[in-house]
Amino acid sequence: MDSKLFPEGIERCSLGKFLAWLAFISLGLAWGAYAAGIIFWKGIGVTGLDNYFGFGLWITFDLAVIALGAGAFFTGFLKYILKIDQLKNIINLTVIVGFICYSGAMLVLTLDIGQPIRAWFGYWHPNVHSMLTEVIFCITCYCLVLVIEYLPLILEQKQLNKIPFLHHLAHQMHVHMALFAGIGTFLSTFHQGSLGGMYGVLFGRPYAFREGFFIWPWTFFLFVLSAVGSGPVFTVLVCTFMEKLTGRKLVDFKVKALMGKIAGTMLTVYMFFKLLDTWAWAVDVLPRMGLTFDQMFWGTVYGKWMLWTELFICGVIPAIMLITPAIRNRPALLYLAGILDCLGIVINRYVFTVQTIALPVMPFDKWYVYVPNWAEWAPSVMIIAYGFLVMSLSYRYLPVFPQEKALNAK
Amino acid sequence: MSGHATKEFKVRWGMVIDVDKCTGCGACMVACQVENNIAPATPEMDAWAGVTHDASNKLRTLTWMLVYEINNKKAFPEYEAAYMPRPCMQCASPACVPVCPVVATDKNEEGGIVSQVYPRCIGCRYCMAACPYHARYFNWFDPTWPTGMDKGLSPSTSVRPRGVVEKCNFCHTRFQQAKDKARQDGGDPNNLPDGAYVTACAEVCPTGAIVFGDLNNPEHKVHALAHSKYAFRLLEKLGLGPQVYYYSKREWVHRLGDNYLPNEKKA
Repeated sequence: MDSKLFPEGIERCSLGKFLAWLAFISLGLAWGAYAAGIIFWKGIGVTGLDNYFGFGLWITFDLAVIALGAGAFFTGFLKYILKIDQLKNIINLTVIVGFICYSGAMLVLTLDIGQPIRAWFGYWHPNVHSMLTEVIFCITCYCLVLVIEYLPLILEQKQLNKIPFLHHLAHQMHVHMALFAGIGTFLSTFHQGSLGGMYGVLFGRPYAFREGFFIWPWTFFLFVLSAVGSGPVFTVLVCTFMEKLTGRKLVDFKVKALMGKIAGTMLTVYMFFKLLDTWAWAVDVLPRMGLTFDQMFWGTVYGKWMLWTELFICGVIPAIMLITPAIRNRPALLYLAGILDCLGIVINRYVFTVQTIALPVMPFDKWYVYVPNWAEWAPSVMIIAYGFLVMSLSYRYLPVFPQEKALNAK
Repeated sequence: MSGHATKEFKVRWGMVIDVDKCTGCGACMVACQVENNIAPATPEMDAWAGVTHDASNKLRTLTWMLVYEINNKKAFPEYEAAYMPRPCMQCASPACVPVCPVVATDKNEEGGIVSQVYPRCIGCRYCMAACPYHARYFNWFDPTWPTGMDKGLSPSTSVRPRGVVEKCNFCHTRFQQAKDKARQDGGDPNNLPDGAYVTACAEVCPTGAIVFGDLNNPEHKVHALAHSKYAFRLLEKLGLGPQVYYYSKREWVHRLGDNYLPNEKKA
């Protein structure tokens, strides 16, 4: 029924099946919208957050999706600035993934602050010393850049593209995309770094505090590196997931392997510095604060197992897997390495958010355990559902994958 | 370890809390609650939202002044306990100030008190994450008082709305009143005599454990107490430079105050 809207020469499932899929997605959206309504009405007292855990699931979620969405800016940089032409086959997907991650994170942030109506104060009363101010500015500007990058893809929808003005507009936007890719790279690098810097400057919080290079703590650079070390491979995983879901080949495996190689190279650089950082933190920063490495961990939820998992199982191992051509070029192993890589980054963002503030800094204080409740899970699920919705509509109606027609030729 | 520069102030209001005198009675907590219009946690059930506002959940209450119980971790008969009242430390180099994205909290005022501008706060809680003393509190719920209790609210102190962070400000309204009185009496509002401005907790303390005054002024009692060899500050090694000092003649209390390792020699 809606086949005239499909990209040229592409097959899609029936409208009924697609609507049933959208209805399934809507369940997640509805649950999240219900929670969001309650939160706006009653305040975030309905969440599992408390005076000890001012930051929780939402911030972890934001940090994680923003890191995983880094494929957008980094792949854009490689495609438009360094002119790696092969990436044109996956660049559209990276832009959409980036757009979903950033716009989703911003939606969650409006719920997360106690005074959503004052959200604009971040621009009006900025504190130039606060890393969060830098994040607020960069994240919103970069989200606009992502909209600009996403727009030509929408304008290239088969029916819209028949309108001469929109056709030319899309063409001109493509011509100047290198400029936006450059701006996006600049903005995204800074806010990825500032998200790390946000924790590194907490000099009252020994788990996260780091000494710095110039005005930035080490965590600034570690967050940038970890984002570019995981973002590209996350896009590959999204692509592969879509392939499994739709039963169609969307991107040539060579492109995926190239993305794996890029992520692997960056992950290796990141792991080198991350291991150095962890060692320096344990033997230098902590003793000067009167604390030991062992004191940073407690029980199961805040145990050392998480650090070792992050560093080795989800860090060193996927880095080796991704930079080794014989492993990287085998699909199952590439995807496994990708999953481990992304998992490691999520653990990193979790411990920086939760373990950092769970740690009792005062010697007579105690560890507290944070458990997010339904009011936090529901909006998080809503954002994932929102991502599925945007991706589903884009996949069905927009020319996202230039190779799809050729790869699925009968 | 401090991450940024420290501002100097001619007058530096501060406290010295004698841990050996404190009985943990909690009068300071109550006085603070009343003086600053701090809403009590009222039990409320939102069944449809699946949430109980549990008044016994101390992690959701507003307690600008909190009394910690500490002990020497020894068995009877060597067991000893002590109590450490903890207001906002009004740090010389506050962890909370540089992180606030909207300058809702600042340390610019003469007297070195860390201010909190409630109408400016967006409730991001970054300051709470930064403060190692847990001295900052978020308003999780709309402030409500049991029937009739609202008639006893202080007209001098603003009631904070839901969704902002608040904290101890050394009973700032009393500071304003003391300066006003000095002006009326022809005195110098920037050189208040000892006792002209005291916080509610210091005034109410039955054992006189909390002493308040200008740390920079040798004529104020706190000046000598803060310079005593028995004085120490919480988490000194972190370099936040609190304007609240503790005082104890017991070595184990000192050691507990600043994360000393069991065999580490005290600085």
